[in-house]
Amino acid sequence: MRADLQLIQDWIAPGSRVLDLGCGDGSFLAHLKATRHIHELGMEIDADNILQCLKAGVNVIEQNMDKGLHNLETGSFDTVVLAHTLQALHRPDEIVEEMLRVGKNCILTFPNFAYWRHRLSLFTNGRMPKSPQLPYEWYDTPNLHHCTISDFDELCRSKQIKVLSRNVVDDGHHSTALMRMSPNFFGINAIYHITR
Amino acid sequence: MNTPATHKTIAADSVGLVAPQRYHFEEPLNLRSGRTIDRYDLMVETYGTLNAERNNAILICHALSGDHHAAGFHDANNAREKPGWWDCCIGPGKPFDTNHFFVVCLNNLGGCAGSTGPSSINPDTGKPFGLDFPIITVRDWVQSQARLADRLGIEQWAAVIGGSLGGMQVMRWAISFPKRLRHALIIAAAPKLSAQNIAFNEVARQSIMSDPDFHEGRYYDFNTFPQKGVMLARMVGHITYLSDSLLREKFGKGGSDSNFGRDLRDGKLSFGFNVDFQVQSYLQYKGETFSKSFDANTYLLMTKALDYFDPAVDYGGDFSKAFTHSQCKFLVVSFTSDWRFAPERSREIVDNLLKARKDVSYMEIAAAEGHDSFLLPIPRYMQALHAYMGRVAAECQSGGHR
Repeated sequence: MRADLQLIQDWIAPGSRVLDLGCGDGSFLAHLKATRHIHELGMEIDADNILQCLKAGVNVIEQNMDKGLHNLETGSFDTVVLAHTLQALHRPDEIVEEMLRVGKNCILTFPNFAYWRHRLSLFTNGRMPKSPQLPYEWYDTPNLHHCTISDFDELCRSKQIKVLSRNVVDDGHHSTALMRMSPNFFGINAIYHITR
Repeated sequence: MNTPATHKTIAADSVGLVAPQRYHFEEPLNLRSGRTIDRYDLMVETYGTLNAERNNAILICHALSGDHHAAGFHDANNAREKPGWWDCCIGPGKPFDTNHFFVVCLNNLGGCAGSTGPSSINPDTGKPFGLDFPIITVRDWVQSQARLADRLGIEQWAAVIGGSLGGMQVMRWAISFPKRLRHALIIAAAPKLSAQNIAFNEVARQSIMSDPDFHEGRYYDFNTFPQKGVMLARMVGHITYLSDSLLREKFGKGGSDSNFGRDLRDGKLSFGFNVDFQVQSYLQYKGETFSKSFDANTYLLMTKALDYFDPAVDYGGDFSKAFTHSQCKFLVVSFTSDWRFAPERSREIVDNLLKARKDVSYMEIAAAEGHDSFLLPIPRYMQALHAYMGRVAAECQSGGHR
């Protein structure tokens, strides 16, 4: 399992209802089902991933979350997860609102664009940063809205979103003293647990 | 080889030669309309073997023009015989794998393939029922199917599966008999018909009933049948089963988009009211073939069953409430080019199931073949059914039962 998922599973209550937006092959939900007996729903648009979900016995619906979650009832899930997809959506602010409407609490992870190596790349080379987290060229990246930890904090402030927990980690999903001291400079990935 | 030319070779993944069986029921069936059928027959085909735990049975529900013959062949000597209507899905190694499942398919009440219907003899009069045969609803069918399950010793289906009008029966199973199925596969269906759907059905009915050979449904007594009317009904129905893009491809030279499927039959316009375009002769052929084998009164009944289907009416119009007691898991499938029951209609089903907090999976298959896609071996569709039913089969083996 991906390290970020390892970390966030502790925020998911046993027996709860979990919606995973962009659930991939459903392995995270399958794991939560086996270990925490959750009631799961995955949302996906990739045909191969959907097939893998069916094989894994994970409930999955083919739906483009960029078109909204309007078909899901307010408060119908305990936890809504959006892992490493926020920056690839057309309107991240709107999806965050929708997640908070549908779920009682939400978990989001995204790469921190203000990580010092990214800053250095832009500063010294004058080129858009590339890294293991951002492996794309500027013209073929699926990422539409890069954001930083400070940006997301500001979004939460302006929308009166309560941050229950914020983890800033490296690629091995470990946190260091430097990251805790200056998350927006040293943090590679951000993991937020939010609610209203 | 000494094999006679007419002897057919049957593929290894076919259920092979099959024979239907007639089941007679004496217990009166109270219908939605308030009327009663005192006794009736159901024609049934089964494929595969019911296991000792009796937990591996799946029910296939047919659509408007379907019957009990869903897979395999009836005649070993007829090399030109087409297999059953869902042969691509049923057989050893196929999605509804007869190595794992006991597959049951029946001709619904009111049908014309052997089950009691308008062309059966009314014991009270000694003549065919005709229009005296009561209007049958999806709910009535499911009641009769439950009795068949009792007769076969099946307490709970591993899955109930159907496309189009068949999908409506699947929904009704989940609503009426929540404990008697573990999985519901609802394919290319809708929660209820729209005005446009009903309008097409009305054209079909009017074509049949205005045929001079209809004789108010008593055409059997006159030794005739409203062939023109059924042909017209089928022609208009057939258009709604296909997509615009498929017709363009089918009747456009080499599949080019530029002539919009306007291929001529004889290479030139006739400047008369004859067949000019290939699509005309195709439709006429389809309509005519169908009209020779399908009973007009059954067609009328089937369209009425479609029109009347609306489980939400018993729940103050809230479709999701209909599923309150459902315990099965759901798989809903739609096809992008289906405009008869478009993907939006399947999403309505999904959204209401989610609202009812049910286990549901949904997929929208990219396909050009329109509503008819549900009958075709479209790779992604077949893979999905395989994957889903593979899980169902595994559950059966591990003693799946609620």
